[in-house]
Amino acid sequence: MSEVQGAPAGGVADTGRAPAGGSAGRRLNASLVLGGAIVAAVVVLALLSYVWTPYAPMRVLPVEPYQTPNAEHWLGTDRLRRDVLTQILVGARTTLFVGVVAVGVAAVVGVPLGILAAMSPGWLGQLVMRGNDVLLAFPALLLAIMFAALYGGSTRVAMIAIGIATIPAFARITRSGALGVMRTEYVVAARAAGRSPLGIAVRHVLPNVAGLVIVQASVSFAIAILAEAALAYLGLGTPTGQASWGRMLYEAQTTLRSAPHLALIPGAAIALSVLGFNLFGDGLRDWLDPRLEGR
Amino acid sequence: MTDTPAIELREVCRDFRRPRTSLREAPPVVRALRDVSLTVGRGERFGVVGESGSGKSTLLRLVCGLDRPTSGEVLVEGRSIGDQPARRLGWLRTRLQLVFQDPMSSLDPRMRVRDIIAEPLVAQGIHGDHQARVRELLDRVGLDPGAAGRYPHQFSGGQRQRISVARALAPDPDILVMDEPVSALDVSVRAQVLNLVDEIVDGLDLTLVFVSHDLSVVRHVCDRVAVMQDGQVVETGETERLFTEPGHDYTRSLVAAIPDLHAALAGRSAQDLARGAGRPS
Repeated sequence: MSEVQGAPAGGVADTGRAPAGGSAGRRLNASLVLGGAIVAAVVVLALLSYVWTPYAPMRVLPVEPYQTPNAEHWLGTDRLRRDVLTQILVGARTTLFVGVVAVGVAAVVGVPLGILAAMSPGWLGQLVMRGNDVLLAFPALLLAIMFAALYGGSTRVAMIAIGIATIPAFARITRSGALGVMRTEYVVAARAAGRSPLGIAVRHVLPNVAGLVIVQASVSFAIAILAEAALAYLGLGTPTGQASWGRMLYEAQTTLRSAPHLALIPGAAIALSVLGFNLFGDGLRDWLDPRLEGR
Repeated sequence: MTDTPAIELREVCRDFRRPRTSLREAPPVVRALRDVSLTVGRGERFGVVGESGSGKSTLLRLVCGLDRPTSGEVLVEGRSIGDQPARRLGWLRTRLQLVFQDPMSSLDPRMRVRDIIAEPLVAQGIHGDHQARVRELLDRVGLDPGAAGRYPHQFSGGQRQRISVARALAPDPDILVMDEPVSALDVSVRAQVLNLVDEIVDGLDLTLVFVSHDLSVVRHVCDRVAVMQDGQVVETGETERLFTEPGHDYTRSLVAAIPDLHAALAGRSAQDLARGAGRPS
Protein backbone atom coordinates (compact mmCIF):
# COMPACT_ATOMS: atom_id res chain seq x y z
CA MET A 1 0.00 0.00 0.00
CA SER A 2 2.95 2.31 0.41
CA GLU A 3 2.82 3.26 -3.25
CA VAL A 4 -0.62 4.70 -3.02
CA GLN A 5 0.13 7.13 -0.27
CA GLY A 6 1.57 9.50 -2.85
CA ALA A 7 -1.81 9.62 -4.56
CA PRO A 8 -3.92 12.75 -4.24
CA ALA A 9 -6.10 12.78 -1.15
CA GLY A 10 -9.76 11.86 -1.48
CA GLY A 11 -11.84 14.11 -3.67
CA VAL A 12 -8.99 15.49 -5.71
CA ALA A 13 -9.45 14.48 -9.32
CA ASP A 14 -6.79 12.01 -10.27
CA THR A 15 -5.69 13.09 -13.74
CA GLY A 16 -2.22 12.78 -15.20
CA ARG A 17 -0.41 15.56 -13.41
CA ALA A 18 2.99 14.38 -12.33
CA PRO A 19 3.88 14.64 -8.65
CA ALA A 20 5.95 17.70 -7.89
CA GLY A 21 9.58 17.33 -8.87
CA GLY A 22 8.84 14.34 -11.06
CA SER A 23 10.25 15.91 -14.19
CA ALA A 24 12.94 18.02 -12.58
CA GLY A 25 15.57 16.27 -14.69
CA ARG A 26 18.29 13.88 -13.73
CA ARG A 27 20.84 15.03 -11.27
CA LEU A 28 24.45 14.25 -12.02
CA ASN A 29 26.15 12.37 -9.24
CA ALA A 30 29.72 12.64 -8.05
CA SER A 31 30.76 9.17 -9.27
CA LEU A 32 29.51 9.90 -12.74
CA VAL A 33 31.25 13.25 -12.95
CA LEU A 34 34.57 12.05 -11.54
CA GLY A 35 34.52 8.72 -13.40
CA GLY A 36 33.39 10.45 -16.58
CA ALA A 37 36.23 12.94 -16.28
CA ILE A 38 38.84 10.21 -15.90
CA VAL A 39 37.40 8.15 -18.75
CA ALA A 40 37.24 11.28 -20.91
CA ALA A 41 40.84 12.07 -20.05
CA VAL A 42 41.97 8.61 -21.14
CA VAL A 43 39.99 8.96 -24.38
CA VAL A 44 41.44 12.42 -25.01
CA LEU A 45 44.99 11.13 -24.42
CA ALA A 46 44.42 8.29 -26.84
CA LEU A 47 42.98 10.61 -29.49
CA LEU A 48 45.73 13.14 -28.91
CA SER A 49 48.32 10.48 -29.67
CA TYR A 50 47.04 10.28 -33.25
CA VAL A 51 47.74 13.95 -33.96
CA TRP A 52 50.50 14.87 -31.55
CA THR A 53 53.10 13.14 -29.44
CA PRO A 54 56.21 14.83 -28.03
CA TYR A 55 58.42 12.47 -30.04
CA ALA A 56 57.74 9.90 -32.70
CA PRO A 57 56.14 6.82 -31.03
CA MET A 58 58.61 4.08 -30.07
CA ARG A 59 61.52 6.02 -31.52
CA VAL A 60 64.88 5.44 -29.83
CA LEU A 61 66.29 8.90 -29.18
CA PRO A 62 69.91 10.04 -29.02
CA VAL A 63 69.59 10.92 -25.34
CA GLU A 64 70.49 9.55 -21.91
CA PRO A 65 68.40 6.57 -20.80
CA TYR A 66 66.66 6.43 -17.37
CA GLN A 67 66.02 10.16 -17.21
CA THR A 68 63.63 11.27 -14.49
CA PRO A 69 60.92 13.76 -15.49
CA ASN A 70 62.45 17.00 -16.78
CA ALA A 71 61.69 19.86 -19.19
CA GLU A 72 62.82 17.96 -22.29
CA HIS A 73 61.07 14.71 -21.40
CA TRP A 74 58.10 15.46 -19.14
CA LEU A 75 57.90 11.92 -17.85
CA GLY A 76 61.52 10.94 -18.43
CA THR A 77 63.01 8.30 -20.73
CA ASP A 78 63.31 4.54 -20.39
CA ARG A 79 66.07 1.98 -20.75
CA LEU A 80 65.88 2.06 -24.54
CA ARG A 81 66.06 5.89 -24.57
CA ARG A 82 62.40 6.28 -25.53
CA ASP A 83 60.18 9.12 -24.33
CA VAL A 84 57.84 7.88 -21.57
CA LEU A 85 55.07 10.46 -22.16
CA THR A 86 54.87 9.43 -25.80
CA GLN A 87 54.51 5.81 -24.76
CA ILE A 88 51.82 6.66 -22.23
CA LEU A 89 49.82 8.52 -24.87
CA VAL A 90 50.11 5.76 -27.45
CA GLY A 91 49.53 3.14 -24.74
CA ALA A 92 46.17 4.72 -23.92
CA ARG A 93 45.01 3.65 -27.40
CA THR A 94 45.92 0.04 -26.71
CA THR A 95 44.23 0.17 -23.34
CA LEU A 96 40.94 1.54 -24.71
CA PHE A 97 41.02 -0.71 -27.73
CA VAL A 98 41.53 -3.81 -25.61
CA GLY A 99 38.78 -2.74 -23.20
CA VAL A 100 36.26 -2.00 -25.92
CA VAL A 101 36.87 -5.19 -27.87
CA ALA A 102 37.03 -7.47 -24.83
CA VAL A 103 33.86 -6.02 -23.28
CA GLY A 104 32.21 -5.97 -26.71
CA VAL A 105 32.90 -9.66 -27.30
CA ALA A 106 31.74 -10.55 -23.79
CA ALA A 107 28.55 -8.47 -23.92
CA VAL A 108 27.51 -9.41 -27.44
CA VAL A 109 27.76 -13.11 -26.59
CA GLY A 110 26.97 -13.05 -22.87
CA VAL A 111 23.87 -10.85 -22.79
CA PRO A 112 21.82 -12.81 -25.36
CA LEU A 113 22.90 -16.06 -23.67
CA GLY A 114 21.76 -14.75 -20.30
CA ILE A 115 18.40 -13.66 -21.67
CA LEU A 116 17.99 -16.98 -23.48
CA ALA A 117 18.77 -18.87 -20.28
CA ALA A 118 16.23 -16.81 -18.33
CA MET A 119 13.48 -17.12 -20.91
CA SER A 120 13.76 -20.84 -21.61
CA PRO A 121 13.11 -22.59 -18.32
CA GLY A 122 13.70 -26.12 -19.61
CA TRP A 123 16.83 -28.00 -20.60
CA LEU A 124 18.03 -25.26 -22.94
CA GLY A 125 18.38 -22.73 -20.14
CA GLN A 126 20.13 -25.32 -17.99
CA LEU A 127 22.50 -26.21 -20.81
CA VAL A 128 23.44 -22.58 -21.34
CA MET A 129 24.09 -21.96 -17.67
CA ARG A 130 26.07 -25.15 -17.14
CA GLY A 131 28.22 -24.33 -20.16
CA ASN A 132 28.66 -20.97 -18.58
CA ASP A 133 29.78 -22.54 -15.32
CA VAL A 134 32.45 -24.53 -17.15
CA LEU A 135 33.82 -21.35 -18.68
CA LEU A 136 33.58 -19.57 -15.35
CA ALA A 137 35.56 -22.32 -13.63
CA PHE A 138 38.36 -21.77 -16.11
CA PRO A 139 40.82 -19.12 -14.87
CA ALA A 140 40.72 -16.15 -17.22
CA LEU A 141 44.45 -15.65 -17.28
CA LEU A 142 45.05 -19.32 -17.99
CA LEU A 143 42.66 -19.14 -20.92
CA ALA A 144 44.51 -16.11 -22.25
CA ILE A 145 47.86 -17.87 -21.85
CA MET A 146 46.46 -20.90 -23.67
CA PHE A 147 45.26 -18.67 -26.49
CA ALA A 148 48.63 -16.97 -26.64
CA ALA A 149 50.33 -20.36 -26.87
CA LEU A 150 48.01 -21.44 -29.66
CA TYR A 151 47.81 -18.28 -31.72
CA GLY A 152 50.90 -16.38 -30.64
CA GLY A 153 51.06 -13.40 -28.32
CA SER A 154 49.46 -10.30 -29.75
CA THR A 155 47.10 -7.57 -28.62
CA ARG A 156 44.30 -9.04 -30.72
CA VAL A 157 44.61 -12.54 -29.28
CA ALA A 158 44.84 -11.08 -25.77
CA MET A 159 41.67 -9.04 -26.06
CA ILE A 160 39.62 -11.82 -27.61
CA ALA A 161 40.81 -14.22 -24.90
CA ILE A 162 39.90 -11.68 -22.22
CA GLY A 163 36.52 -11.17 -23.91
CA ILE A 164 35.76 -14.90 -23.96
CA ALA A 165 36.79 -15.24 -20.33
CA THR A 166 34.41 -12.39 -19.44
CA ILE A 167 31.35 -13.93 -21.15
CA PRO A 168 30.16 -15.80 -18.03
CA ALA A 169 30.08 -12.60 -15.97
CA PHE A 170 27.73 -11.01 -18.50
CA ALA A 171 25.62 -14.12 -18.96
CA ARG A 172 25.13 -14.52 -15.22
CA ILE A 173 24.25 -10.96 -14.41
CA THR A 174 21.94 -10.74 -17.41
CA ARG A 175 20.21 -13.97 -16.49
CA SER A 176 19.59 -12.97 -12.91
CA GLY A 177 18.23 -9.61 -13.99
CA ALA A 178 16.13 -11.16 -16.74
CA LEU A 179 14.64 -13.72 -14.35
CA GLY A 180 13.39 -10.85 -12.22
CA VAL A 181 11.94 -9.11 -15.26
CA MET A 182 10.21 -12.28 -16.48
CA ARG A 183 8.33 -12.49 -13.19
CA THR A 184 6.81 -9.03 -13.51
CA GLU A 185 3.27 -8.39 -14.61
CA TYR A 186 4.36 -6.19 -17.46
CA VAL A 187 5.87 -9.21 -19.16
CA VAL A 188 2.60 -11.09 -18.68
CA ALA A 189 0.85 -8.01 -20.04
CA ALA A 190 3.12 -8.04 -23.06
CA ARG A 191 2.34 -11.71 -23.65
CA ALA A 192 -1.35 -10.96 -23.33
CA ALA A 193 -0.86 -8.15 -25.81
CA GLY A 194 0.54 -10.73 -28.20
CA ARG A 195 4.24 -9.91 -28.12
CA SER A 196 6.47 -12.70 -29.33
CA PRO A 197 9.23 -13.99 -27.01
CA LEU A 198 11.77 -12.15 -29.14
CA GLY A 199 9.72 -8.95 -28.86
CA ILE A 200 9.57 -9.36 -25.08
CA ALA A 201 13.32 -9.95 -24.94
CA VAL A 202 14.10 -6.86 -26.96
CA ARG A 203 11.46 -4.45 -25.74
CA HIS A 204 11.15 -5.39 -22.09
CA VAL A 205 13.95 -7.61 -20.83
CA LEU A 206 16.88 -5.89 -22.51
CA PRO A 207 16.03 -2.30 -21.46
CA ASN A 208 15.38 -3.45 -17.92
CA VAL A 209 18.65 -5.32 -17.54
CA ALA A 210 20.61 -2.60 -19.37
CA GLY A 211 21.56 -0.93 -16.10
CA LEU A 212 23.07 -4.14 -14.77
CA VAL A 213 24.87 -4.78 -18.04
CA ILE A 214 26.33 -1.27 -18.11
CA VAL A 215 27.69 -1.61 -14.62
CA GLN A 216 29.09 -5.01 -15.50
CA ALA A 217 30.61 -3.53 -18.65
CA SER A 218 32.44 -0.83 -16.74
CA VAL A 219 33.73 -3.28 -14.15
CA SER A 220 34.76 -5.70 -16.89
CA PHE A 221 36.39 -2.85 -18.78
CA ALA A 222 38.53 -2.18 -15.75
CA ILE A 223 39.31 -5.89 -15.38
CA ALA A 224 40.17 -6.12 -19.09
CA ILE A 225 42.64 -3.25 -18.74
CA LEU A 226 44.26 -5.06 -15.84
CA ALA A 227 44.25 -8.38 -17.69
CA GLU A 228 45.88 -6.84 -20.75
CA ALA A 229 48.52 -5.28 -18.53
CA ALA A 230 49.06 -8.63 -16.84
CA LEU A 231 49.41 -10.44 -20.15
CA ALA A 232 51.77 -7.83 -21.51
CA TYR A 233 53.70 -8.08 -18.26
CA LEU A 234 54.00 -11.83 -18.77
CA GLY A 235 55.20 -11.10 -22.28
CA LEU A 236 52.10 -12.69 -23.83
CA GLY A 237 50.04 -9.71 -24.86
CA THR A 238 51.26 -6.72 -26.76
CA PRO A 239 54.68 -7.61 -28.24
CA THR A 240 57.86 -5.59 -27.91
CA GLY A 241 57.95 -2.55 -30.12
CA GLN A 242 54.29 -1.65 -29.47
CA ALA A 243 53.17 0.69 -26.75
CA SER A 244 51.13 -0.71 -23.91
CA TRP A 245 50.97 0.26 -20.28
CA GLY A 246 51.35 -3.34 -19.24
CA ARG A 247 54.33 -3.72 -21.58
CA MET A 248 55.94 -0.65 -19.96
CA LEU A 249 55.50 -2.20 -16.51
CA TYR A 250 57.05 -5.40 -17.77
CA GLU A 251 60.05 -3.59 -19.15
CA ALA A 252 60.45 -1.53 -15.98
CA GLN A 253 60.67 -4.49 -13.62
CA THR A 254 64.41 -4.94 -13.93
CA THR A 255 65.06 -1.32 -12.97
CA LEU A 256 62.44 -1.06 -10.24
CA ARG A 257 65.08 0.09 -7.73
CA SER A 258 67.18 2.37 -9.88
CA ALA A 259 64.41 4.00 -11.91
CA PRO A 260 61.14 3.45 -10.07
CA HIS A 261 59.32 6.15 -12.07
CA LEU A 262 59.35 3.86 -15.11
CA ALA A 263 57.07 1.45 -13.23
CA LEU A 264 55.16 4.03 -11.22
CA ILE A 265 53.98 6.09 -14.18
CA PRO A 266 52.30 3.32 -16.21
CA GLY A 267 51.15 1.75 -12.93
CA ALA A 268 49.42 4.96 -11.95
CA ALA A 269 47.89 5.27 -15.43
CA ILE A 270 46.45 1.75 -15.13
CA ALA A 271 45.17 2.26 -11.59
CA LEU A 272 43.60 5.61 -12.41
CA SER A 273 41.80 4.40 -15.53
CA VAL A 274 40.53 1.30 -13.73
CA LEU A 275 39.18 3.54 -10.97
CA GLY A 276 37.71 5.87 -13.58
CA PHE A 277 35.80 3.11 -15.37
CA ASN A 278 34.48 1.69 -12.11
CA LEU A 279 33.22 5.07 -10.93
CA PHE A 280 31.80 5.84 -14.34
CA GLY A 281 29.81 2.60 -14.48
CA ASP A 282 28.46 3.14 -11.01
CA GLY A 283 27.40 6.68 -11.75
CA LEU A 284 25.95 5.73 -15.10
CA ARG A 285 23.70 3.11 -13.55
CA ASP A 286 22.15 5.63 -11.20
CA TRP A 287 21.86 8.22 -13.87
CA LEU A 288 20.20 5.90 -16.40
CA ASP A 289 17.55 4.70 -14.01
CA PRO A 290 14.39 6.70 -14.69
CA ARG A 291 13.07 5.75 -11.27
CA LEU A 292 15.80 7.76 -9.61
CA GLU A 293 15.00 10.76 -11.76
CA GLY A 294 14.75 14.05 -9.92
CA ARG A 295 16.14 12.72 -6.68
CA MET B 1 -23.66 -15.65 -33.73
CA THR B 2 -25.23 -13.46 -31.09
CA ASP B 3 -26.06 -16.55 -29.11
CA THR B 4 -22.43 -17.59 -28.75
CA PRO B 5 -21.33 -16.80 -25.22
CA ALA B 6 -18.34 -14.51 -24.84
CA ILE B 7 -16.50 -17.01 -22.68
CA GLU B 8 -17.30 -20.60 -21.98
CA LEU B 9 -15.45 -23.09 -19.80
CA ARG B 10 -16.36 -26.75 -20.08
CA GLU B 11 -15.25 -29.00 -17.24
CA VAL B 12 -11.89 -27.34 -17.04
CA CYS B 13 -9.21 -28.82 -14.79
CA ARG B 14 -5.76 -27.45 -14.23
CA ASP B 15 -3.22 -29.38 -12.19
CA PHE B 16 0.19 -28.13 -11.23
CA ARG B 17 2.93 -30.57 -10.49
CA ARG B 18 5.00 -29.77 -7.44
CA PRO B 19 8.66 -30.74 -7.20
CA ARG B 20 9.20 -34.33 -6.13
CA THR B 21 9.48 -34.91 -2.44
CA SER B 22 10.48 -38.56 -2.71
CA LEU B 23 12.16 -40.75 -5.28
CA ARG B 24 9.55 -43.45 -5.15
CA GLU B 25 6.34 -41.53 -4.91
CA ALA B 26 4.90 -39.56 -7.77
CA PRO B 27 5.35 -35.79 -7.42
CA PRO B 28 2.48 -34.20 -5.51
CA VAL B 29 -0.11 -32.48 -7.63
CA VAL B 30 -1.94 -29.29 -6.78
CA ARG B 31 -5.38 -29.22 -8.31
CA ALA B 32 -5.83 -25.52 -8.95
CA LEU B 33 -9.07 -25.95 -10.88
CA ARG B 34 -11.44 -28.88 -10.66
CA ASP B 35 -14.17 -29.36 -13.24
CA VAL B 36 -15.00 -25.73 -13.61
CA SER B 37 -17.82 -24.96 -16.01
CA LEU B 38 -18.87 -21.38 -16.58
CA THR B 39 -20.60 -19.33 -19.19
CA VAL B 40 -20.21 -15.60 -19.55
CA GLY B 41 -22.73 -14.08 -21.94
CA ARG B 42 -21.96 -11.20 -24.26
CA GLY B 43 -22.21 -7.82 -22.66
CA GLU B 44 -22.38 -9.38 -19.23
CA ARG B 45 -20.46 -8.09 -16.24
CA PHE B 46 -19.22 -11.20 -14.62
CA GLY B 47 -17.48 -11.32 -11.26
CA VAL B 48 -15.28 -14.07 -9.89
CA VAL B 49 -14.71 -13.99 -6.15
CA GLY B 50 -12.81 -16.18 -3.76
CA GLU B 51 -9.95 -15.96 -1.36
CA SER B 52 -6.34 -16.29 -2.45
CA GLY B 53 -5.58 -19.84 -3.50
CA SER B 54 -9.12 -20.46 -4.66
CA GLY B 55 -8.07 -20.72 -8.30
CA LYS B 56 -9.24 -17.30 -9.50
CA SER B 57 -5.91 -16.38 -11.00
CA THR B 58 -5.49 -19.74 -12.69
CA LEU B 59 -8.95 -19.38 -14.17
CA LEU B 60 -8.02 -15.97 -15.44
CA ARG B 61 -4.78 -17.11 -17.02
CA LEU B 62 -6.64 -19.86 -18.85
CA VAL B 63 -9.23 -17.45 -20.16
CA CYS B 64 -6.49 -15.15 -21.44
CA GLY B 65 -4.65 -17.95 -23.18
CA LEU B 66 -1.62 -17.53 -20.95
CA ASP B 67 -1.89 -21.08 -19.68
CA ARG B 68 -3.49 -24.32 -20.85
CA PRO B 69 -5.98 -26.51 -19.08
CA THR B 70 -4.96 -30.03 -18.08
CA SER B 71 -8.33 -31.17 -19.34
CA GLY B 72 -11.52 -29.53 -20.49
CA GLU B 73 -12.14 -26.79 -22.96
CA VAL B 74 -11.89 -23.01 -22.86
CA LEU B 75 -13.82 -21.16 -25.55
CA VAL B 76 -13.74 -17.46 -26.25
CA GLU B 77 -16.44 -16.30 -28.64
CA GLY B 78 -17.01 -19.90 -29.58
CA ARG B 79 -13.39 -20.62 -30.48
CA SER B 80 -11.29 -22.99 -28.45
CA ILE B 81 -8.08 -21.52 -27.04
CA GLY B 82 -6.88 -24.28 -24.77
CA ASP B 83 -5.12 -26.34 -27.40
CA GLN B 84 -3.66 -23.56 -29.52
CA PRO B 85 0.02 -22.57 -29.56
CA ALA B 86 0.66 -18.98 -28.51
CA ARG B 87 1.37 -17.76 -32.03
CA ARG B 88 -2.07 -18.88 -33.20
CA LEU B 89 -3.84 -16.78 -30.61
CA GLY B 90 -3.44 -13.44 -32.37
CA TRP B 91 -7.17 -13.10 -32.78
CA LEU B 92 -7.66 -13.57 -29.05
CA ARG B 93 -5.27 -10.71 -28.27
CA THR B 94 -7.43 -8.24 -30.13
CA ARG B 95 -10.73 -9.53 -28.71
CA LEU B 96 -9.78 -9.98 -25.11
CA GLN B 97 -7.58 -7.73 -23.02
CA LEU B 98 -6.34 -7.76 -19.50
CA VAL B 99 -5.86 -5.31 -16.63
CA PHE B 100 -3.59 -6.40 -13.81
CA GLN B 101 -3.64 -6.06 -10.09
CA ASP B 102 -0.41 -4.30 -9.31
CA PRO B 103 -0.16 -0.92 -11.01
CA MET B 104 3.50 -0.80 -10.04
CA SER B 105 4.67 -3.96 -11.73
CA SER B 106 2.24 -4.11 -14.66
CA LEU B 107 3.80 -1.16 -16.48
CA ASP B 108 7.35 -1.40 -17.78
CA PRO B 109 9.32 1.27 -15.87
CA ARG B 110 11.54 1.86 -18.89
CA MET B 111 8.80 2.57 -21.40
CA ARG B 112 7.04 5.84 -21.93
CA VAL B 113 3.31 5.83 -21.43
CA ARG B 114 2.66 6.22 -25.16
CA ASP B 115 4.67 3.09 -25.92
CA ILE B 116 2.97 1.18 -23.13
CA ILE B 117 -0.48 2.04 -24.41
CA ALA B 118 0.43 1.37 -28.04
CA GLU B 119 2.07 -1.97 -27.21
CA PRO B 120 -0.91 -4.20 -28.11
CA LEU B 121 -1.20 -2.33 -31.42
CA VAL B 122 2.48 -2.74 -32.21
CA ALA B 123 2.58 -6.36 -31.07
CA GLN B 124 -0.44 -7.20 -33.21
CA GLY B 125 0.93 -5.32 -36.19
CA ILE B 126 -2.16 -3.12 -36.30
CA HIS B 127 -1.47 -0.19 -38.61
CA GLY B 128 -2.75 3.32 -38.30
CA ASP B 129 -1.97 6.44 -36.37
CA HIS B 130 -0.89 5.06 -33.00
CA GLN B 131 -0.21 8.50 -31.54
CA ALA B 132 -3.75 9.66 -32.26
CA ARG B 133 -5.12 6.45 -30.79
CA VAL B 134 -3.01 6.96 -27.64
CA ARG B 135 -4.33 10.53 -27.22
CA GLU B 136 -7.87 9.31 -27.66
CA LEU B 137 -7.37 6.55 -25.09
CA LEU B 138 -5.73 8.86 -22.57
CA ASP B 139 -8.70 11.16 -22.88
CA ARG B 140 -11.07 8.23 -22.48
CA VAL B 141 -9.46 7.14 -19.19
CA GLY B 142 -9.30 10.71 -17.91
CA LEU B 143 -5.59 11.44 -18.17
CA ASP B 144 -4.24 14.53 -19.85
CA PRO B 145 -2.49 14.14 -23.21
CA GLY B 146 0.84 15.28 -21.74
CA ALA B 147 0.98 11.96 -19.89
CA ALA B 148 2.03 10.20 -23.12
CA GLY B 149 5.64 11.35 -22.89
CA ARG B 150 6.21 10.40 -19.27
CA TYR B 151 7.29 7.26 -17.45
CA PRO B 152 5.05 5.14 -15.19
CA HIS B 153 6.87 6.06 -11.99
CA GLN B 154 5.71 9.65 -12.39
CA PHE B 155 2.12 8.63 -11.75
CA SER B 156 0.14 7.65 -8.69
CA GLY B 157 -1.34 4.19 -8.28
CA GLY B 158 -4.74 5.25 -9.56
CA GLN B 159 -3.26 6.99 -12.56
CA ARG B 160 -1.16 3.97 -13.38
CA GLN B 161 -4.24 1.80 -13.28
CA ARG B 162 -5.86 4.20 -15.76
CA ILE B 163 -2.85 3.73 -18.03
CA SER B 164 -3.31 -0.03 -17.69
CA VAL B 165 -6.95 0.32 -18.71
CA ALA B 166 -5.97 2.49 -21.68
CA ARG B 167 -3.49 -0.17 -22.82
CA ALA B 168 -6.17 -2.85 -22.55
CA LEU B 169 -8.57 -0.77 -24.64
CA ALA B 170 -6.01 -0.04 -27.37
CA PRO B 171 -6.84 -2.91 -29.74
CA ASP B 172 -10.56 -2.23 -29.27
CA PRO B 173 -11.37 -5.52 -27.50
CA ASP B 174 -14.84 -6.98 -26.91
CA ILE B 175 -13.93 -8.54 -23.60
CA LEU B 176 -12.10 -6.89 -20.74
CA VAL B 177 -10.64 -9.09 -18.03
CA MET B 178 -9.60 -7.41 -14.81
CA ASP B 179 -7.53 -9.13 -12.14
CA GLU B 180 -8.13 -7.38 -8.84
CA PRO B 181 -7.73 -4.00 -10.53
CA VAL B 182 -8.39 -1.94 -7.44
CA SER B 183 -7.14 -4.01 -4.54
CA ALA B 184 -3.75 -2.26 -4.54
CA LEU B 185 -5.34 1.17 -4.48
CA ASP B 186 -6.37 3.63 -1.82
CA VAL B 187 -10.05 3.59 -0.98
CA SER B 188 -10.61 7.10 -2.34
CA VAL B 189 -8.91 6.30 -5.64
CA ARG B 190 -10.64 2.94 -5.80
CA ALA B 191 -14.06 4.50 -6.30
CA GLN B 192 -12.75 6.70 -9.10
CA VAL B 193 -11.23 3.75 -10.95
CA LEU B 194 -14.37 1.66 -10.46
CA ASN B 195 -16.48 4.48 -11.87
CA LEU B 196 -14.16 4.66 -14.83
CA VAL B 197 -14.53 0.91 -15.41
CA ASP B 198 -18.30 1.31 -15.19
CA GLU B 199 -18.30 4.10 -17.70
CA ILE B 200 -16.01 2.32 -20.15
CA VAL B 201 -17.80 -1.01 -20.03
CA ASP B 202 -21.09 0.78 -20.67
CA GLY B 203 -19.71 3.18 -23.25
CA LEU B 204 -17.92 0.56 -25.33
CA ASP B 205 -20.44 -2.20 -24.76
CA LEU B 206 -17.83 -4.61 -23.41
CA THR B 207 -18.08 -7.94 -21.71
CA LEU B 208 -16.39 -7.66 -18.35
CA VAL B 209 -14.78 -10.40 -16.30
CA PHE B 210 -13.82 -8.99 -12.95
CA VAL B 211 -11.81 -11.04 -10.51
CA SER B 212 -11.63 -9.92 -6.92
CA HIS B 213 -11.48 -11.11 -3.36
CA ASP B 214 -13.49 -8.10 -2.32
CA LEU B 215 -17.22 -8.66 -2.52
CA SER B 216 -18.17 -5.06 -1.98
CA VAL B 217 -16.18 -4.10 -5.08
CA VAL B 218 -17.75 -6.88 -7.10
CA ARG B 219 -21.18 -5.80 -5.94
CA HIS B 220 -20.48 -2.34 -7.29
CA VAL B 221 -19.45 -3.55 -10.73
CA CYS B 222 -20.94 -6.94 -11.60
CA ASP B 223 -24.32 -8.33 -12.63
CA ARG B 224 -23.47 -11.94 -12.02
CA VAL B 225 -20.93 -13.57 -9.76
CA ALA B 226 -19.21 -16.94 -9.47
CA VAL B 227 -17.88 -17.83 -6.05
CA MET B 228 -14.79 -20.01 -6.00
CA GLN B 229 -13.32 -22.13 -3.26
CA ASP B 230 -10.51 -24.68 -3.53
CA GLY B 231 -10.54 -24.68 -7.31
CA GLN B 232 -14.25 -25.21 -7.62
CA VAL B 233 -17.13 -22.89 -8.39
CA VAL B 234 -19.37 -23.31 -5.39
CA GLU B 235 -22.09 -20.93 -6.40
CA THR B 236 -23.08 -18.77 -9.36
CA GLY B 237 -25.85 -16.25 -9.40
CA GLU B 238 -27.11 -12.71 -9.81
CA THR B 239 -25.07 -10.39 -7.63
CA GLU B 240 -27.99 -9.06 -5.62
CA ARG B 241 -29.43 -12.48 -4.96
CA LEU B 242 -26.04 -13.70 -3.81
CA PHE B 243 -25.85 -10.88 -1.33
CA THR B 244 -29.36 -11.11 -0.02
CA GLU B 245 -29.75 -14.87 0.05
CA PRO B 246 -26.40 -16.62 -0.33
CA GLY B 247 -26.94 -20.32 -1.00
CA HIS B 248 -23.60 -21.80 -0.04
CA ASP B 249 -21.95 -21.63 3.37
CA TYR B 250 -18.81 -20.22 1.90
CA THR B 251 -20.67 -17.44 0.09
CA ARG B 252 -22.41 -16.63 3.34
CA SER B 253 -19.11 -16.27 5.16
CA LEU B 254 -17.77 -14.05 2.40
CA VAL B 255 -20.81 -11.83 2.53
CA ALA B 256 -20.56 -11.64 6.27
CA ALA B 257 -16.92 -10.64 5.99
CA ILE B 258 -17.75 -7.40 4.22
CA PRO B 259 -16.86 -4.67 6.68
CA ASP B 260 -20.01 -3.11 7.96
CA LEU B 261 -20.13 0.26 9.65
CA HIS B 262 -22.73 -0.75 12.18
CA ALA B 263 -20.88 -3.90 13.06
CA ALA B 264 -17.65 -1.99 13.39
CA LEU B 265 -19.31 0.51 15.70
CA ALA B 266 -20.72 -2.31 17.76
CA GLY B 267 -17.15 -3.52 18.24
CA ARG B 268 -17.46 -6.71 16.29
CA SER B 269 -14.73 -7.49 13.82
CA ALA B 270 -15.24 -8.95 10.39
CA GLN B 271 -13.51 -12.10 11.55
CA ASP B 272 -16.06 -12.63 14.28
CA LEU B 273 -18.87 -12.33 11.79
CA ALA B 274 -17.21 -14.62 9.30
CA ARG B 275 -16.64 -17.21 11.97
CA GLY B 276 -20.25 -16.98 13.06
CA ALA B 277 -21.62 -17.23 9.56
CA GLY B 278 -19.20 -19.89 8.42
CA ARG B 279 -20.36 -22.33 11.08
CA PRO B 280 -22.61 -24.99 9.59
CA SER B 281 -26.15 -24.32 10.71
